[in-house]
Amino acid sequence: MAKSASPKPGKGRPAPRRGAAIRTAAQKSQMKLFADDPSPAPAAAAPATGPAGKGRRGSGRRTGPAALPSLEPAAPIPAGAPVAPVTAGQRRRETAESMASRQREISVSEFFTKNRHLLGFDNPAKALLTAIKEAVDNSLDACEEAGILPDLRIAIREVGEERYRITVEDNGPGIVKQQVPRIFGKLLYGSKFHVLKQSRGQQGIGISAAGMYSQLTTGKPVRIVSRTGKGKPAHFYEIHIDTRKNAPEVLREGTVEWPHDHGTSVEMELQATYKKGRRSVDDYVAQTALANPHAAIGYTDPKGETVHHPRLTESLPHEPVAIKPHPYGVELGFLIKMLKETRARNLRGALQGDFSRVSGKVADEIAAAAGLRPEARPQNLQPDEVERLFKAIPGVRIMSPPTNCLSPIGEQLIRDGLAKMVPECDFYTSITRSPAVYRGNPFQIEAGLAYGGPLPADDLIDLWRFANRVPLQYQQAACAITRSVVLNDWKNYGLAQSRGALPAAPMVLFVHMASAWVPFTSESKEAIASYPEIVKEIRLALQECGRRLGGWIRHRRREEDAEKKRSYIEKYIPHIGIALREILGFPAKEEARVVETLKDTLERSRAI
Amino acid sequence: MARGTVQKIKDQAQDVHRRIMKKQKPSLKFPLRSLSNVKYDPKQGFLEMRGRKKERTLTVSTVKTFAQTLRMMALSKELVEQDDIATKREAYYVSKNWEECRFLEQTESDTVMDDVEALFELNREQLGFIPEEKGGEVAGRLVILDKDGDTGKTLRIDCTKFGSGAYSIPISVEHLKFETDAKFILAIETAGMFQRLVKHNYWKGAGCILVSMGGVPTRACRRFIRRLADFKRIPVYVFVDGDPYGISNIYRTLKVGSGNAAHLNEYFCVPQASFLGITPQDIVDYKLPTHPLKDVDIKRARDAIKNDPFFQHHRKWVQAMEHLLKMGVRAEQQALAKHGLNYVIERYLPEKLSHPERFLP
Repeated sequence: MAKSASPKPGKGRPAPRRGAAIRTAAQKSQMKLFADDPSPAPAAAAPATGPAGKGRRGSGRRTGPAALPSLEPAAPIPAGAPVAPVTAGQRRRETAESMASRQREISVSEFFTKNRHLLGFDNPAKALLTAIKEAVDNSLDACEEAGILPDLRIAIREVGEERYRITVEDNGPGIVKQQVPRIFGKLLYGSKFHVLKQSRGQQGIGISAAGMYSQLTTGKPVRIVSRTGKGKPAHFYEIHIDTRKNAPEVLREGTVEWPHDHGTSVEMELQATYKKGRRSVDDYVAQTALANPHAAIGYTDPKGETVHHPRLTESLPHEPVAIKPHPYGVELGFLIKMLKETRARNLRGALQGDFSRVSGKVADEIAAAAGLRPEARPQNLQPDEVERLFKAIPGVRIMSPPTNCLSPIGEQLIRDGLAKMVPECDFYTSITRSPAVYRGNPFQIEAGLAYGGPLPADDLIDLWRFANRVPLQYQQAACAITRSVVLNDWKNYGLAQSRGALPAAPMVLFVHMASAWVPFTSESKEAIASYPEIVKEIRLALQECGRRLGGWIRHRRREEDAEKKRSYIEKYIPHIGIALREILGFPAKEEARVVETLKDTLERSRAI
Repeated sequence: MARGTVQKIKDQAQDVHRRIMKKQKPSLKFPLRSLSNVKYDPKQGFLEMRGRKKERTLTVSTVKTFAQTLRMMALSKELVEQDDIATKREAYYVSKNWEECRFLEQTESDTVMDDVEALFELNREQLGFIPEEKGGEVAGRLVILDKDGDTGKTLRIDCTKFGSGAYSIPISVEHLKFETDAKFILAIETAGMFQRLVKHNYWKGAGCILVSMGGVPTRACRRFIRRLADFKRIPVYVFVDGDPYGISNIYRTLKVGSGNAAHLNEYFCVPQASFLGITPQDIVDYKLPTHPLKDVDIKRARDAIKNDPFFQHHRKWVQAMEHLLKMGVRAEQQALAKHGLNYVIERYLPEKLSHPERFLP
């Protein structure tokens, strides 16, 4: 996957290119526009055709006759041969050769160096947050996979103007020596991309991108210390990334004294700004503690002040189990690849063995719907046959994928966490929905809220979004969670809400999506895409929380009304007694009786 | 009358007391005070109540007003029994002794007072409360017989002898008697027009009594004109601005009473009044300078046509109002000055008075 992701210019459009090359090659000598171009035609052609040919094994049979006749490079046509210009009057500025000479592989690292915003490094404040977030994600994932209760220490030190050194240290399983350079010095290198289960990391980009940003803005290497167990040495590395080759470059390495039995520490220096308030690192750390109640997190800010978030529970979350892809979620290209690479000898076996929830019977049904024999060899299927298979899948009833790949936080821990993070509120509630499925991917929504107390009464609510226990800080408006909150009618629950806006109330709203594959809108993982199934589940969760809140608010209002009623009765009934005595002239004793009787009558009545 | 008032208050209090002791929620029944609860019968000559009532039951949310109403009734009983009076403002200050029950603004106490008035279908003078408002001014061929407050001797007040000044109508007019040979009463909206007519002794030549209403006539002013007109059986001609306010508020209230205090209209109306001017047709006939109708004017005129039983009863009025709306303008009394300051005396009034049958009803 890592390899195929690297873009190869020139590939995939061979036929028209070559046609153009023939013409332009002839013109080249005539017009002498690119005399400075030294590359001979055959050399230029090689890199262009090379990847295209090599990329697809057995392309001879599949791609068939279309590509074959023009396979000869431009070389056979003698340079300088007199050929009339095809496009008279129009100057050719480029030739295929001149262009080919500059066509080469772009390394992923180079790509992201230029497109750092795609990874969340578009401004200095965000860069600081993203770098820490990537390191924390890795640490928590590693600890949980190893079954260790995470113990994290995060520190930010100011080392110059707009320059910070960040350190994230964990008590995880450590990283074996040989892997350290690749994990931190190579993009798209990771363990989670090919596995379908809930985890924070996905692509194997994050931490190396952070390192690259650090390198780009300060020139300093990433420093890593890792130890895999007691009695083993703690390895020390300083790593640069060769952005051309997308490969690590080890500047220094060795062993050091390290006070911890096992774990990893990452340190990098970067140009950044530190700020307080919304979307700050402070908020991020606090929300991370909230979504990871099993983790203890210590955080030292640039002023040297340390906050400790102790763990709320001593038990690790249920360990998510990796699942196979569900047929409803695969795309055609992926299906082709799976069938090609399967170890099964027939189609039935391939479907049954490589997918979730496909029994022999279901496999037969799919094959029958596609008009294929279940006994067919998967590798021999023609592209149109695979496409038929692909189109047949939605028509067959298949059980929802297993949900043990998910690990929700849990209602109790969400409520406890909210009570700790947003203390002294009047009302807390939370809900964990049952798992649901979008495009074959299982997911689960959790929501919680804290209401009243010290929160500002007239402001818009604070919406805290989480995906796989990671707080989402940016791109609020683009997120399915925000969309669902805005679409929900909070007036039903006694809150104020303008059309198309978050409700205005003294409230913090927590929404978490756990999924084997969270559909982020971008690589920087800031917003969840609005699949209808996801929006629906979020709304159901919000509505349940909203109903509980509404019930409580009504209850409190009733109590306030009752209180007002009591005070009104106390205040004004005596005056009715006085007035009646003045008019009718009865004794004070009778006045007292009137007042008592009337108070009693009114207190019994329900009308206000 | 005094004993009747006290008895009515006592009966109501007795009822409240009895229901409280029966563990019921007491309630007071008020006539609904709005235009929607009045009808107009020209034989009666005033806006009558239809008898719809609203019931104010004692609940937690009404307990404050309920207590205030009862305390106001108690104050009224005390005033009547001791043959004393309190102005509306004084009553407001008395309430300051009522602790939580006190009124915060005089408008609150005025409203409760109006409620009590309507509740007993009495006027506030009978309840011992008097307004601060001035009653209006009178000049012309009239002698008023009043009594000296100390000696009880009859006083003869000759309204021809105020020179450039005028007689001021008192708050209570029931005891007054009249001597006059006037042929009609001219009720005028503005003090300015009244002054002009007085200055030139208009009443002498026209043989009439001039009354300045100063805007919407007070109850005393209405009652004064009514008693005077009844006594001598002379007509009342009304001369106001040619706009919805002059017609709908001033003239209508003088002639048939108000929708708000309909229970009192029987006494405070002048059914023999008719509308001299300025009519919408006058604006055309006399080529009067005008101002455009304001939004409130338009609303008022439409409301009169749509909701006011008096105007609805008279086709001529509906037409006149529609005429005004169609022109979209209004003209003040003083607009006649365009043709000369004394044009009103020399031309307008004589011309109009030569055809009283053309006056609007």
